[in-house]
Amino acid sequence: MSLPQNWRRQAGRYRLQGIKCQNCGRMSLAPRSICPRCHSTDIAPHQFSGKGEIYSHSTLYQAPAGYQAYIPYTVALVRLEEGPLVSAQLTDVDTDQVQIGQKVEMVTRKLREYGDEGLIVYGYKFRPVLKGE
Amino acid sequence: MKGNSREVYVVGIGQTAVGEHWEKSLRDLAVESILASLKDAEVEKVEALYLGNMLSGELAEQEHLAALVADYAGLKGSEALKVEAACASGGAALRAGYLAVMSGLYDLVLVSGAEKMTDRENGLVTSALAMAADAEFEAVQGISFVALNALVMRRYMHEYGFKHEDFAGFAINAHHNAAGNPQAMFQRPISEEDFLQARMIAEPINLLDSSPVADGAATLLLTSGEVAKSISTHPVRILASSVATDTIALHDRDDPLFLQAASASAQKAYKQAGVEAEDIDFFELHDAFSIMSALSLEACGFAPRGQGVGLAKDGEISIEGRIPISTRGGLKGRGHPVGASGVYQVVEVVEQLRGQAGLNQVQEAEIGMAQSLGGIAATAITHILARES
Amino acid sequence: MENYRGNGRGIMIPNREVGIVGYGAYIPRFRIRADEISRIWKDGEESLHLEEKSVAGLDEDTATMAIEAARNALERGRINPGDMGAIWVGSESKPYAVKPTATIVAEALGSTPHLNAADWEFACKAGTEALQAALGFVSSGMAHYALAIGADTAQGRPGDALEYTASAGAAAFLVGPGEESLAVLEGSYSFVSDTPDFFRRPLQPYPEHGHRFTGEPAYFRHTLQAGQYLMEHLGTKPQDYACIVLHQPNAKFPERAARLLGFSEKQFRPGLLVEVIGNTYAGSSPLGLTAYLDQAQPGERVLMVSFGSGAGSDAFSFRITEKIRKNLAPLPAVQDYISRRREIDYATYARYRGKLNYG
Repeated sequence: MSLPQNWRRQAGRYRLQGIKCQNCGRMSLAPRSICPRCHSTDIAPHQFSGKGEIYSHSTLYQAPAGYQAYIPYTVALVRLEEGPLVSAQLTDVDTDQVQIGQKVEMVTRKLREYGDEGLIVYGYKFRPVLKGE
Repeated sequence: MKGNSREVYVVGIGQTAVGEHWEKSLRDLAVESILASLKDAEVEKVEALYLGNMLSGELAEQEHLAALVADYAGLKGSEALKVEAACASGGAALRAGYLAVMSGLYDLVLVSGAEKMTDRENGLVTSALAMAADAEFEAVQGISFVALNALVMRRYMHEYGFKHEDFAGFAINAHHNAAGNPQAMFQRPISEEDFLQARMIAEPINLLDSSPVADGAATLLLTSGEVAKSISTHPVRILASSVATDTIALHDRDDPLFLQAASASAQKAYKQAGVEAEDIDFFELHDAFSIMSALSLEACGFAPRGQGVGLAKDGEISIEGRIPISTRGGLKGRGHPVGASGVYQVVEVVEQLRGQAGLNQVQEAEIGMAQSLGGIAATAITHILARES
Repeated sequence: MENYRGNGRGIMIPNREVGIVGYGAYIPRFRIRADEISRIWKDGEESLHLEEKSVAGLDEDTATMAIEAARNALERGRINPGDMGAIWVGSESKPYAVKPTATIVAEALGSTPHLNAADWEFACKAGTEALQAALGFVSSGMAHYALAIGADTAQGRPGDALEYTASAGAAAFLVGPGEESLAVLEGSYSFVSDTPDFFRRPLQPYPEHGHRFTGEPAYFRHTLQAGQYLMEHLGTKPQDYACIVLHQPNAKFPERAARLLGFSEKQFRPGLLVEVIGNTYAGSSPLGLTAYLDQAQPGERVLMVSFGSGAGSDAFSFRITEKIRKNLAPLPAVQDYISRRREIDYATYARYRGKLNYG
């Protein structure tokens, strides 16, 4: 992915800033100009809390180019407490301890590096909640 | 059907063997299948080529593929377009060819699917396939396409209480049928033991839950009813053709365990064909992963939700079963050259309806269905075909 | 000079009260034990008295650690990220040699674009010089809040004595007006000289150090001078302090320096983390300060003296206020990060720290 492609997405990637439809209340991490539920175009930025729970998870032993140095790593669909699902990696977990329903929180980590000379891509990941509610 | 549409027939089929073709390039494979289909129909000249392919740019550094293939297949001058819809590219090419004939624009149209995947190392192929998902919100997280399917499978197992071994029947059936198809990549049956011991790729998906990366090309020759009857002794009619879409990203779905587009596309096709699910004699579904077989069976009305896996356990998907699937091996056993698979499926439906499926022949097969899925069924393309009696 | 409150010889006293409004720590989850390192390298360096050190994971670097420490600081201070006047990151392990870490942190916090963001470098005291500058920036009225961070994923050459100590961690201080502060600055002082005790040339992965030369003429001279000088000019004595926090390159140096300055074990113990997390370089004395603040009581005083090779020490005297009592139960304390540990072996450590040559 090119420098501008990554740069453009930083608000969402670095701090989980998404959107909320001002008409029907639907939220998502990915910005959209038209609400997929009610088709309103009245969409505003929305900051997610970063808290959620694991909806599903998978540990990869075969990875796409650029991610092979991290094998094995665990990815998940995380149900944010505000409602939407987010696709993300889990971090600071022992792969055999991950469970559906587990409470997780967002952290900002390295997603990948474009070699030793290229861009370092940072973004959200989720880890088990460090300190209670 | 709206307006003055025409009926569309398949009068020629061609395919290369699926596997690792070290000696053949992408264009070689496409041309081989095209020439085979023309020979099968005893036709020399066509008006258009619709070529399904997903990854020629990424894996062969070649775009503008349709013009290239048309030239090398002796079709220089005719209309030639590449059609891309990720893993459903083959189904999408058929859809385009179908529209061209149905509308009355052309009388003789080639539909090909071609893919060359084994020239590249695993990591690049894995990242290329991940392009079927949302690049900026899924792939960037290191989530491979296998992993997306694994996320669905894990949740499915959690919600409905299945274990991994419950899915073994899909792979066993596919390999069994592939062993009867000389064009298939895998020629040996597998046991439940093999399935359970296969190498893990993305938990809970192991190697034998997954269709293999492969090279291959397949071609259909389409024509109108009038021409079909004049040139073919065994034309197969396309009763229905339909496409539906869903969110490309799994996380945008209200219900990630139901393939909404697969269901919508099947329902539209049933309506167009004037049939019900029970009327389908066999189903070439998109078994890229065993979980996709289960979800496709549910989406298309062959099993209630949460019970698609049960069909594999009870043997209902075998050649003699209630709803045979992957009768020539499917994506799992025949192999999954992604952009070509949708065309292979329909070539195989035609083989069955012509009674040319050899060891895999479904007895008295009259109506067959093929469904090609792009991404996690973000694109679903269904075709129903029938033997002309 | 009418507003100048120093002594003309380095003592820094702000014109109006400033202090620490929020603080946050971060320590990665992985640990390698000293005896695991000496299992591989048998050269008698075990005498450094460390139990274990923290190791950054494959997806962590100075930026990610700084971000988490900063988020903790902002949450504790309960301020809007957009109200930040400056974000300054002190580190010697920058993810980019050219390109600020501070802008990454600022973007992640949501503080961009109306602020100053920059990186600071002075070996292990890069974090405290950022803190000193932030205190000055706020007290001058040029910013209402400024964030100073010390963070490092330190590197030691395989087999070098530094391998036992060089670790990873970060601490962040949200600096603001005295009336909002949980710790108010009484004064600061820096003592510097050109002393080449430890350095790293451009494009070199690992630093060089002067072995015993890093002790008396470097660490002890600067640390003791800075601490003594500040106390002298503030009119304070060791017994006035509940705690002293020093730079912690190993377990022996800070203990000895604290005693030479006249402090007891009771005073240096709360801010001494090196035995269980190693030397976090620019994060070292700042992390010690956060550990003390986790247990500080109103009215207490703390003396912090950093040390950075090359060389210099920054000394700070803070007075704890009632604001320290804010109920902040959900925020992770330093102890929470210390007890969250996953032990790794030397091979995993070598992989995580990029010490494997893939050829």
